[in-house]
Amino acid sequence: MAIEVRIPTILRTHTGGNKTVSGSGATLGALVDDIDSQHPGIKGRLVTDEGKLHRFVNVYVNDEDVRFTGALDTELKDGDSVTILPAVAGG
Amino acid sequence: MARFASLVDSLGGTPLVGLPSLSPTPDVRLWAKLEDHNPTGSIKDRAAIAMVEAAEKEGRLQPGSTILEPTSGNTGISLAMVARQRGYRLICVMPENTSIERRQLLEMYGAQIISSPAAGGSNQAVAVAKRLAGENPEWVMLYQYGNPANAEAHYTGTGPEILADLPSITHFVAGLGTTGTLMGVGRFLRERKPGVQVIAAEPRYGELVYGLRNIDEGFIPELYDPELLDGRFSVGPDDAVHRTRQLVEREGIFAGISTGAILHAALGIADKEVAAGRKADICFIVCDGGWKYLSTGAYAGTLDEATAALEGQLWA
Repeated sequence: MAIEVRIPTILRTHTGGNKTVSGSGATLGALVDDIDSQHPGIKGRLVTDEGKLHRFVNVYVNDEDVRFTGALDTELKDGDSVTILPAVAGG
Repeated sequence: MARFASLVDSLGGTPLVGLPSLSPTPDVRLWAKLEDHNPTGSIKDRAAIAMVEAAEKEGRLQPGSTILEPTSGNTGISLAMVARQRGYRLICVMPENTSIERRQLLEMYGAQIISSPAAGGSNQAVAVAKRLAGENPEWVMLYQYGNPANAEAHYTGTGPEILADLPSITHFVAGLGTTGTLMGVGRFLRERKPGVQVIAAEPRYGELVYGLRNIDEGFIPELYDPELLDGRFSVGPDDAVHRTRQLVEREGIFAGISTGAILHAALGIADKEVAAGRKADICFIVCDGGWKYLSTGAYAGTLDEATAALEGQLWA
């Protein structure tokens, strides 16, 4: 099972500068664990010590914000696309 | 009655129009709330006029006062119009990667523009404005991201207008910027028609805009309450431009690019409702017309060319 994860500029220090990485997992939480095993330290930038997504990190599965689909428990399937972005202002 | 004492008094009461061509079936219908029919041509007139009037009531604004506001454009244009009518000076802090039309309109209305760096997008404009407000305590920052009058304008205006025109509404879709529209309409619908799904569409910009130095520079508007939303979708410039063009080709509605992003989310919902065999009346916001974005290249050439032209720009 391969899921493509788009990495924002400020987290690419963990991915050797790569814009996308590939990982696997039945849930978003499992996927984050998997990419952290390949790119150590990235989980700490995304998930707090309490096991929640960082306030200023937005994660989208197929363009939908995971905070409305179960957060780290969001289920994933083969071919899903995951995008990580920092929270920025509009308006 | 379509006669008003002044331009500002003509705010709101915008048309809701059906989309006979883009609606997927007679049972799943899309409805566009044409906010470009406001005094300066965008939905931001509602928030701007409400914030100015609230500050006048509180005594924070008197003739001759200086208003300071971080804005990527439309709020500034709305504020500039009302400020000039009422004798206030306006200073806008605007990211440098916004369209030339927005700058020219602001200058025409007499506003002063202070540019903030492109990298970091509106986050930087907010940071610069907050610093300037600290250095100039006599200036009045209305602060659209945290001013309750912004959401209130939609709670008392946009929301009731929509429900009156579309009592059968099942979904409301709008853009997520300051979050004022979604928070105000969302709270109104939760109270008056609780089953309605409230959906946010947020623009996904090029990498430059997310060029923060660290995650802690991130920004969430103080107005934002995720409890008032049922879903939130990120829409890239390719989908936004595609839908903006579809809207003008199929329905004759010439809208700005952020509206294309909102329409994209609305059509995604429409497809799900068709697949589920449900009836739906989906209302979405047309934030403004396309006029201010012609120079971005979004309306000319191929989709790929238009998408490439938007790279690094704050197109919503």
